[in-house]
Amino acid sequence: MIAELGHFALILALLVAIVQSIVPMLGAARGSRPMMDLAPMAALVQFGAVAIAFAALTHGYVTSDFSLKNVVENSHSLKPLLYKITGVWGNHEGSMLLWALILTLYGAAVGAFGRNLPPALKARVLSVHGMIGTGFLAFILFTSNPFLRVLPVPPDGQGLNPILQDPGLAFHPPFLYLGYVGFSMAFSFAVAALIEGRVDPAWARWVRPWTLVAWCALTLGICLGSWWAYYELGWGGWWAWDPVENASFMPWLSGTALLHSAIVVEKRDTLKGWTIFLALLTFSLSLLGTFLVRSGVLSSVHAFAVDPARGAFILALLVIAIGGSLLLFALRAPALRATGSFAPISRESALVLNNLLLATAALTVFLGTLYPLFLDVIGGDKVSIGSPYYNATFVPLMVPMVLVMAAGPLMTWKRADLAGVLQRLRLAFVGALAVALIMVIVTKGHEALAPLGIGLAGWLLFGTLREVAERIRLFQAPWEVVRNRLAHVPRASWGMSIAHAGLAVTIAGITIASGWQQESIQTLKPGESITLAGDIYRFEKVEPLPGPNYSAEEATVTVSRDGRTFATMHPSRLTYPLQRMTTTDVAIHTDGLSDKYVVLGDPQPDGGWIFRIYYNPLVPWVWFGAIIMVVGGVLSLSDRRLRIGAPVRRLKRTEAELAA
Amino acid sequence: MPPESNSGLGRRLLFVLPIVAFIALAGVFALGLGHDPTALKSAMIDKPAPDFALAPVAADRPGLARADLGGKPMLVNFFASWCAPCRAEHATLAGLAASGVPLYGIAYKDKPEAAQRFLGDLGDPYQRIGLDLDGRTAIDFGVYGVPETYILDRDGRIRYRYAGALTDQVLKTEILPRLDALGRP
Amino acid sequence: MIARLLATLVLLLACVGPALAVNPDERLADPVLEARARTLGKTLRCLVCQNQSIDDSNADLAHDLRVLVRERLVAGDTDAQVLAYLQARYGNYVLLKPPVDPATWVLWFGPPAVLLIGVGVLVLRRRAVPAAPAPLTPEERARLDLLMAGTDE
Repeated sequence: MIAELGHFALILALLVAIVQSIVPMLGAARGSRPMMDLAPMAALVQFGAVAIAFAALTHGYVTSDFSLKNVVENSHSLKPLLYKITGVWGNHEGSMLLWALILTLYGAAVGAFGRNLPPALKARVLSVHGMIGTGFLAFILFTSNPFLRVLPVPPDGQGLNPILQDPGLAFHPPFLYLGYVGFSMAFSFAVAALIEGRVDPAWARWVRPWTLVAWCALTLGICLGSWWAYYELGWGGWWAWDPVENASFMPWLSGTALLHSAIVVEKRDTLKGWTIFLALLTFSLSLLGTFLVRSGVLSSVHAFAVDPARGAFILALLVIAIGGSLLLFALRAPALRATGSFAPISRESALVLNNLLLATAALTVFLGTLYPLFLDVIGGDKVSIGSPYYNATFVPLMVPMVLVMAAGPLMTWKRADLAGVLQRLRLAFVGALAVALIMVIVTKGHEALAPLGIGLAGWLLFGTLREVAERIRLFQAPWEVVRNRLAHVPRASWGMSIAHAGLAVTIAGITIASGWQQESIQTLKPGESITLAGDIYRFEKVEPLPGPNYSAEEATVTVSRDGRTFATMHPSRLTYPLQRMTTTDVAIHTDGLSDKYVVLGDPQPDGGWIFRIYYNPLVPWVWFGAIIMVVGGVLSLSDRRLRIGAPVRRLKRTEAELAA
Repeated sequence: MPPESNSGLGRRLLFVLPIVAFIALAGVFALGLGHDPTALKSAMIDKPAPDFALAPVAADRPGLARADLGGKPMLVNFFASWCAPCRAEHATLAGLAASGVPLYGIAYKDKPEAAQRFLGDLGDPYQRIGLDLDGRTAIDFGVYGVPETYILDRDGRIRYRYAGALTDQVLKTEILPRLDALGRP
Repeated sequence: MIARLLATLVLLLACVGPALAVNPDERLADPVLEARARTLGKTLRCLVCQNQSIDDSNADLAHDLRVLVRERLVAGDTDAQVLAYLQARYGNYVLLKPPVDPATWVLWFGPPAVLLIGVGVLVLRRRAVPAAPAPLTPEERARLDLLMAGTDE
């Protein structure tokens, strides 16, 4: 009964989406206020309906309602409650419903909180957004309905992949979806702007919060996914350039460029073409990701079940959404004129270079992901593209990027004094050189990449600190002035500095973790030890460990240095009888600066066990840096200027005065 | 309205680029939908079969070596007793052998007793069988899974590889036409 | 088709578990050769897995290939020869770093080309004199005056 209610709610949502797509758009064209005002209401109702549907599906999982085909295929009565709930989105149909939920959530949010938006723009934005919703709700209802019943009711479900039964899974997809589904709003804003034929600083100001939220969520989602892969999959790695990972990374690169480009539109009323294009591109890449994961066109560890029929539907959605918007872009965007001009050396130019580098980086990832398919389809060779390719093409792009990143914030708009900027960054340069030199000494001159990576990270960090110091006039003015400035620096500026610093931390982490991982693979009997990176790992014992739907063996390993035991680790091996799968629970001990990573392998006939022990220096910084970036983004979001929208109010008043 | 700058056409071209690129991409995807991304074309096509000499599966049966290949078009089939699809295709192989097509088998990473049992249960359609215990011969052929079936011509060159279980349909569309083209007796 | 899927599935499931990479008994005694083997292993694709290298996969075929790589190294092959050995049997698909040949020129040279063209376009556009802004209409001038009057708040 509840499932039927959910099903009905979904159909209702589709109908509302259709109305939302048509009426407000017509209203904006005709200037009819009642038609335009339908948009926020429709968006709220749409969200409510999808929320009911989602709740109904969750109810089915929680109560183990095996008359629902989706629950049978993906759940089991023995599963712990948390994983029953997270199992809702651990499959194709449920995750599409989550997609729709988050899509409509953004629509409702703009409907409810976009008070300072002009009615016509708001109507058009929500109309376009409604079109996206229509497409996806139709996709769900016609090809991926989670509410299908199965009769006769089987006694139990077919369970869920044990690897997905993990708390990390609870947070990774929702954040990821909040991210790249969230870019649908920037997309809608861009299409609405193209329809209106106007992109101005006010538009950029309104788009920013939604873009920022999506960006923060996506950063967090990718960070969590990477961390989850690290501690769950047991291979000691955290990024494999797998097609599905790339599918989330491309929108991130493009979204970062969008964020920066929108700033230029807002401050200088230029780079409109770029910004609109990036807004369209980012969500297009999100849609592309959805297509790649669900159509079976690429092979990937993450992919859902292969279904070319669904793939065809999504491709149709892609053609309509991306093709339509890019066609509009080709027709309307040339008419967008900038009123600001800028010199070849200026902050604007630096940001254009930033756009270009990020777009090229996205292109690299794009080619790496899709070239095998392209070549295969046109009848050429079958090639594989893995980490070696990306290391050769993506990483070099990051060098000029980081170099410009430290200098950019110090440059002035319209025309900048490059010599002056570099002069001010002297100390940062010296600092970067110093850390790079330390790296050279540590590696005895054998490595080239490590000093470069650390040098870049240092350059970025010290450059950012210099910029902050300059902003608050530290060391340049008396303390009262500094204190005053500290209190008045806008949060968005802090946000930028913190986010840039976060990237420096991540780069440092990636550089060291990639180059210095130490590994020891041995067979140990109870009582034996291994030494790695100065620590002694002693295998104490193995004990059986029963679980709700698995049987496991847990090893105890004590870690000591200089005679003092400072950690006890418990790697384990779990066997899931239902799936006939064996997985391992990795044991990780972290001190914030490095990880000790112990994996329990197969038992040997002589009573020994295979152990894989890794020492991962600085790997936690990869994720710390990402979290710091998110903190910067959230801080930026809380900037009062984004919420007050002063320019619009004043304009409204004077227009009223003009009319009087 | 500000005058059109003299790079007007070039500028417009730039704006058209994205939609053009997308149309090409959509075309690639449409073609790709019917594709199996895991199907691998053999790299050994038109190359001579690798050198090998494999022990027999049982003492009373002949083994298989490179010298036994050639002279006429033939099939080499990689199978294993632990492979479920290999069981499924066995009936098709039996039919093939019965119709006179020369069929040789290579037991991939199988214990002799297990292979014997497999053949005892399901029948033995092979003229000769080699036992590839460590899988090295399979690697030399470019095998990446079982079952796989290779068509060799009279010079002992590999002309075609089918990965997966043979069915009558596959025989009709892929195997028999090629054998005929190679001049099967 | 189904059977082929099943066969693939059987082998794929072997890869889905955590990557139990190189086993202790696979490793070579000579650390230099072993290091080379590990480097090569990272650039060779496990053919029955989804985008994993042979070092990261616990599939049987990955194990066999790891052993094979080490045998070739012990036999005195150079890195390039080992890769060529496998490429002869499995094609370019087995290499995680695609070769640079006409078929992959777009792949390797595409991004740098786009970057250079992009920078080129930018430099050329900057040279063009930007158009002067249009003069204000009377309504816009009136609005501007009102705004200017109200900014000393």
